[in-house]
Amino acid sequence: MPTHETGKPFALVGYFDTPAQLYHACEKLRDAGYKKFDCHAPFAVHGLERAMGVGPSRLPWIVLAMGIVGFTAAITMQWWMLAVDYPMNISGKQLFPIPPYVPITFELTVLLSAFGCFFGMWGLNLLPMYFHPVMQHPSFHRATDDKFFVAVECKDPNYNAERTRRLLEEDGAQELLEVES
Amino acid sequence: MTTTLSPQELENDPSKRMPLVLGGKDFHGVTEAVAGIVERKMPVPWALGFLLALSVLGIFGASLGDLIGIGIGEWGNNQPVGWAWDITGFVFWIGIGHAGTLISAILFLFRQKWRTSINRAAEAMTIFAVLAALQFPLFHTGRPWFAAYWLLPIPNQMNIWPNFRSPLLWDVFAVSTYGTVSILFWFVGLVPDLATLRDRSKTRLGQIIYGIFALGWRGSHRHWVNYERAYLMLAGLSTPLVLSVHTIVSFDFAVSILPGWHTTIFPPYFVAGAIFSGFAMVMTLMIVARKAYGLEHLLTMRHLENMNKIILATGTLVGYAYGMEFFIAWYSGNDYESYVFFVSRATGPYAWAYWTMISCNVLFPQLFWFKKLRTSIPVMFVISIIVNIGMWFERFVIIATSLHRDFLPSSWGYMTPRLIDITFFLGTFGLFFTLFMLFVRFLPMIAIGEVKAVLPAADPHNHGHDSSGQGGKHHAHA
Repeated sequence: MPTHETGKPFALVGYFDTPAQLYHACEKLRDAGYKKFDCHAPFAVHGLERAMGVGPSRLPWIVLAMGIVGFTAAITMQWWMLAVDYPMNISGKQLFPIPPYVPITFELTVLLSAFGCFFGMWGLNLLPMYFHPVMQHPSFHRATDDKFFVAVECKDPNYNAERTRRLLEEDGAQELLEVES
Repeated sequence: MTTTLSPQELENDPSKRMPLVLGGKDFHGVTEAVAGIVERKMPVPWALGFLLALSVLGIFGASLGDLIGIGIGEWGNNQPVGWAWDITGFVFWIGIGHAGTLISAILFLFRQKWRTSINRAAEAMTIFAVLAALQFPLFHTGRPWFAAYWLLPIPNQMNIWPNFRSPLLWDVFAVSTYGTVSILFWFVGLVPDLATLRDRSKTRLGQIIYGIFALGWRGSHRHWVNYERAYLMLAGLSTPLVLSVHTIVSFDFAVSILPGWHTTIFPPYFVAGAIFSGFAMVMTLMIVARKAYGLEHLLTMRHLENMNKIILATGTLVGYAYGMEFFIAWYSGNDYESYVFFVSRATGPYAWAYWTMISCNVLFPQLFWFKKLRTSIPVMFVISIIVNIGMWFERFVIIATSLHRDFLPSSWGYMTPRLIDITFFLGTFGLFFTLFMLFVRFLPMIAIGEVKAVLPAADPHNHGHDSSGQGGKHHAHA
């Protein structure tokens, strides 16, 4: 029952009433070998990534890299500005002492790591995004309220309009519709 | 809840914990309770409060006009008290901000689920408090539009760089990093809730504005995996950050060689005081907000009591630090140090400020040892305000009493505030409350998604097959 008359089908989208049903349906999809499917829930359902067979986030590597950049940049900046570019003798103190340079090095490491965290997360999630096909499901506004959506993409080699629908209905999926891309 | 105990009975049974969400709210009920506040027509008390805040902001604007038009000589600062209400106001506001980060980051790392009802508003409070704090260092430069040259590493006309060995420059980096990371953390937390508001919005304008800021969030679990990791790491980054900020603020004093400032106890003492004052401010705001918006089932007595316990603990820590300062002054055998504490602070011209500080910060919070007082709304409201008065005095005492009598009696003096000191400080309350009023009007003041996640029905292994909070085998207990 496509929502539009034309266009290629993108995914079979439906929703569950509880996280437990969604969790169980995801386990079944994963065990049946589905890869291209996603869940849409109003909050992060605890442990759902295991049921979906999704690996851990790669974000920590981005944050680590940015942290190293921040640390290096801070040390280099302070050394270059005060010891190389314009060496200034202030109270006869060393030009490149370590302890007074700790606070700014620490702050810039945190700042750049936080930028890595923030922008890296949106980057990995490909957000902001103006439109996504699953948003065409007529009840999709409840994905941010109280319903637990599942979307199985038609591109998945295991996808079969009838079989997939039956698999999801067994767990209580409602309003299963094929949305277009 | 499988248990049949009522919340009152649970409260009296020390082996059971109060549920975090009362009244059997389901997922949709939580959305309605929080998003409804933003969607309802503007309530009259809100409008009145907003007008009041705006008028105080007007006082701030007028004070700025005076400070910029004439100059910061308008302040009562003098020789020898070169720092007075300005830096006091700065440390006061920065300290208040710390509780927001403590609630959002440190309690998150400790898996304290009770934080979910208060973290959003507390984080907003952090950001607005940091903004209020920034006004003081910014305008005490006199000509803030030139300040970039001596605050940031931008070479001036002689190609000189700022001195990275100066604690004041550390402060610039610490506070601006803190402000930035707090905003990022807050925004990350807001995005799923903004998506909720976008999806519920009935007006085109609401859909467009909430839609832009929701960044197209669609609750995808593949996104949640990265999101949760980002949230955890931001919490992990904010925790040492918040401790470093007030440490560095305390370095502004501790790195100098002035008696009363030059002490190693300052960093932990400042951090404890910051959390203390910040929690008091959260209490003041939350008591009003939960009453005004009927959020008693989400912001339960257990939340308030937990916060009071933290106020008691940090207040006691601060009291310990006050005592330790005296002990070290005596134990060091240093005449100047002893003079500052035993004569200047305890009996000198600022003794009134010192004893105000002691009674507000050390004596009143001790009342929270009694459960009856700890769970009484009027008592906690009054104490939360007393604590913030006390914490303002703490910073004033540290700054003014150390400066007004230094090594040479011939240069001793006294600082009396002038009108502009008072209106400028008062005005920052206008800035803070204007922003806070806008926040409660247009943004969800409780993290909708996070509260849903602590409901019993949110547990994917809860096969109760209802989303009503009642009847699952798991509890929303933290």
